[in-house]
Amino acid sequence: METDTATIRVARYRPEKSEKPYFQEYKVPYRKDTVVLDALNQVKAEQDGTLAYRWSCRMGVCGSCGANVNGVPKLTCATFLHEFKGKSLTIEPLANFPVIKDLVVNIDDFMEKLLKVKPWIIRDKQSPPEEGEYKQSGKELDRYAQFSSCINCLLCYAACPIYGLNEDFLGPAATALAYRYIADSRDQGKKARFPIVHDLEGVWECTLIGECSVVCPKGVDPMLAIQKTKILGAMEAPKTMLSPETLKAILPRGGE
Amino acid sequence: MEHLTHDILVVGGGAAGLRAGIAAVERSPKLSVAIVSKVYPMRSHTVSAEGGMAAVTREYDSLDSHAYDTIKGSDFLADQDSVEYFVKQAPHEAVQLEHWGCPFSRDPDGRISVRAFGGMSVKRTLFATDKIGFHLLHTLFQTSLKYDRIHRYDEWFVTSLLTNANRVEGVTAIDIRTGELFTILAKAVIIATGGCGRVFQFTTNGWIKTGDGMALAYRAGVPLKDMEMVQYHPTLLPNTGILITEAARGEGGYLINKDGERFMKRYVPGKMELGPRDIISRSELTEIKEGRGFEGRYGSYVELDLRHLGEKKIEEKLPFVKELAEKYVGIDPAHDPIPVRPGQHYQMGGVHTNIEGFTGLGGLYAAGEAACVSMNGANRLGSNSLTECLVYGAVAGETVADYVAKQPTPSFGNPVQGLAMTEETRIYDGLLKHENGERTSTIRIDMQKGMEEHVGIFRDENSLREGCRIIEDLKKRMTNSTVDDKDRVFNTDLVSALELDFMLDCAEAITYSARARTESRGAHSRIDYPKRDDTSFLKHTLAYRNPNGPRMEYLPVTITRWKPEERVY
Ligand SMILES: Cc1cc2nc3c(=O)[nH]c(=O)nc-3n(C[C@H](O)[C@H](O)[C@H](O)COP(=O)(O)OP(=O)(O)OC[C@H]3O[C@@H](n4cnc5c(N)ncnc54)[C@H](O)[C@@H]3O)c2cc1C
Ligand code: FES
Repeated sequence: METDTATIRVARYRPEKSEKPYFQEYKVPYRKDTVVLDALNQVKAEQDGTLAYRWSCRMGVCGSCGANVNGVPKLTCATFLHEFKGKSLTIEPLANFPVIKDLVVNIDDFMEKLLKVKPWIIRDKQSPPEEGEYKQSGKELDRYAQFSSCINCLLCYAACPIYGLNEDFLGPAATALAYRYIADSRDQGKKARFPIVHDLEGVWECTLIGECSVVCPKGVDPMLAIQKTKILGAMEAPKTMLSPETLKAILPRGGE
Repeated sequence: MEHLTHDILVVGGGAAGLRAGIAAVERSPKLSVAIVSKVYPMRSHTVSAEGGMAAVTREYDSLDSHAYDTIKGSDFLADQDSVEYFVKQAPHEAVQLEHWGCPFSRDPDGRISVRAFGGMSVKRTLFATDKIGFHLLHTLFQTSLKYDRIHRYDEWFVTSLLTNANRVEGVTAIDIRTGELFTILAKAVIIATGGCGRVFQFTTNGWIKTGDGMALAYRAGVPLKDMEMVQYHPTLLPNTGILITEAARGEGGYLINKDGERFMKRYVPGKMELGPRDIISRSELTEIKEGRGFEGRYGSYVELDLRHLGEKKIEEKLPFVKELAEKYVGIDPAHDPIPVRPGQHYQMGGVHTNIEGFTGLGGLYAAGEAACVSMNGANRLGSNSLTECLVYGAVAGETVADYVAKQPTPSFGNPVQGLAMTEETRIYDGLLKHENGERTSTIRIDMQKGMEEHVGIFRDENSLREGCRIIEDLKKRMTNSTVDDKDRVFNTDLVSALELDFMLDCAEAITYSARARTESRGAHSRIDYPKRDDTSFLKHTLAYRNPNGPRMEYLPVTITRWKPEERVY
């Protein structure tokens, strides 16, 4: 395997030095199996320790290493340098998020949205583990399996034009996770989640552009989750809106 | 310096830490529990576990069988009371996880599916396709969100334990986002910081697995136990160290050499590809040494052949293996064998604890891969670790919840305050300001190379002596190291330097402990002492930190019902 050299252009933002972001170029060696993250690591280890970015697993599952690569949200550990041979390669922080430093973005907003959709099993009655597992058929599993594959990498938010305009929009991953629980045969929390997903800033903001599903590195289809939630909502809304249970459910953190 | 106070502080948001946190708040209705994690909890390396988690859930299986397999797998270095408690609690924890929503794969009758795993005599490994760690971690994390008494400090990095006489009263931690150092006081601290695989060059472990908690405890005077017991997994992708799960063999995959032979028939004919990891990793190296390996750009390797499983089974049971092979090697496992070689995977040793997770230092507990409750002995069986995190994470959480009920809240006075100020000086005036020293990345690379070369799968006195020398030298170099980044905000350069400093402590404990154990047992394989020696070494190594290299003590192994016997498969 031959070694080539690429020039990468990395967006820098170092608030203690200057309020203004800028670009910095680095030359990095690469082979056919070098990913963008390897290039960043090469820079950090051998050229410039000040470059800040997040990573851990290097196998596309921890969800830390997202960045906009030539304008497209990608996992840097799963994007190969050779794909950009002969082209310029610009690496920027994920779009639509405030930047903390260099490629590190602030994801507080998503963490709050995740909490809001109550991503845990809600049941009227919990059985003790001694009584054994809740049985689930393959078909029942299939109804929510793909939506449980979200690694929270947030590429979908970086790709979502609606989120770019309105940060109150619940957005793709949080809705996919809400639907993941709604569609799980073990869960009875549909009513508790409905006021959240059907809020003004919930699924109805989405205009089905579908960029979220295109960029998802794990084959999750958030747009489908949004559609399915809309359909369920249209069917159930008249029954659930403003019932005492609904009101109770909208209070924050009713869980314990 | 600002300080914060909680009843219980858990360091770590992986499987063990989250389980401990949930157990503590469920046990006691008033406690305030902090989970401090240097990454968002769902990024913890638990996320990468693929194959499954072991628990007895079937009629054909028994607790005794799970216990015996685990003890035999451990080459009789496991404490048998710890193993017995583990197998007894495992089914409970597995079902609890299912009730919390883990999307386990299912049999046609709706029960959780089980698969075969190395060293397990029957199918007892529960799975969620080949992404159990990911699903387990997200299930625990999302479940933890419903308890508002769990306070999270995401992306906070713990730098030291604060002790007062014989008691831990809190930690110092950097809020990575702002770069500010805080003191967090607590009546008890649970270390759940995971393993230290990044001490080695070729590993399945993520960047964050730097043994911080092991070093924290070691520095506070707690011994590290059985650190020489490092697990090397037989099937890593040669370039990246990405793991191809043992489930691939559990589902029927073959290991083949360049003559197309299933070579495991020479080593463990009774188990073939489902032998324990220590034996398979050594067998692969023997094949390679004897000229039956393949040669590649990243050294010699053998092949993992899944072709006969067929596309459908691979798609259904091993989708992540397929994704990884396609993405990172450019092959489809249904049509081509996958190149693999052995590499570091798991740390059996860790912070010495008893069966309640107690370390012996007042208020300090540990669980998960960071801890050594001695249920894995000299070789862990695949799929026991996640279950261990749940079982012993829950134990630690509950024990500590009871313990803190009778403890006073520590106050921010001396000696704790003084220690915190010293820590602030060490980090910001020492490490951060130091100019013109050596860059930390060169020290890290030399450590990883040194460990790989001298403390690997096969060891002997010469290699280990050299290993000890290298570590001592690196520790000296570390005192004159410089970070490039002098900013406070999100300084990953500084955090990496502190992690490297922790890793050097772990590397020291591993190497010295390995040198002192002059026998071969489980994963610890000495060419100069090829036999197991129960007369001298049926005991645990305890390494205590000491300025001139650790002081070694030993502790007998607890034997309940299974007398040590020769380990034949
Ligand atoms: C690729 C791979 C596959 C595996 N597959 C399996 C399997 O199929 N079955 C099985 O049973 N086991 C498997 N294992 C082993 C198992 O996954 C781990 O042993 C287990 O997940 C460890 O969990 P933990 O909670 O102890 O630590 P981790 O998940 O590593 O979590 C450690 C936590 O501590 C935090 N932390 C660390 N240091 C600090 C600090 N200084 N300050 C603040 N926070 C800190 C981290 O942020 C993190 O939250 C696998 C391991 C790997 C690497
Ligand atoms: S580093 Fe974990 S997803 Fe890229």
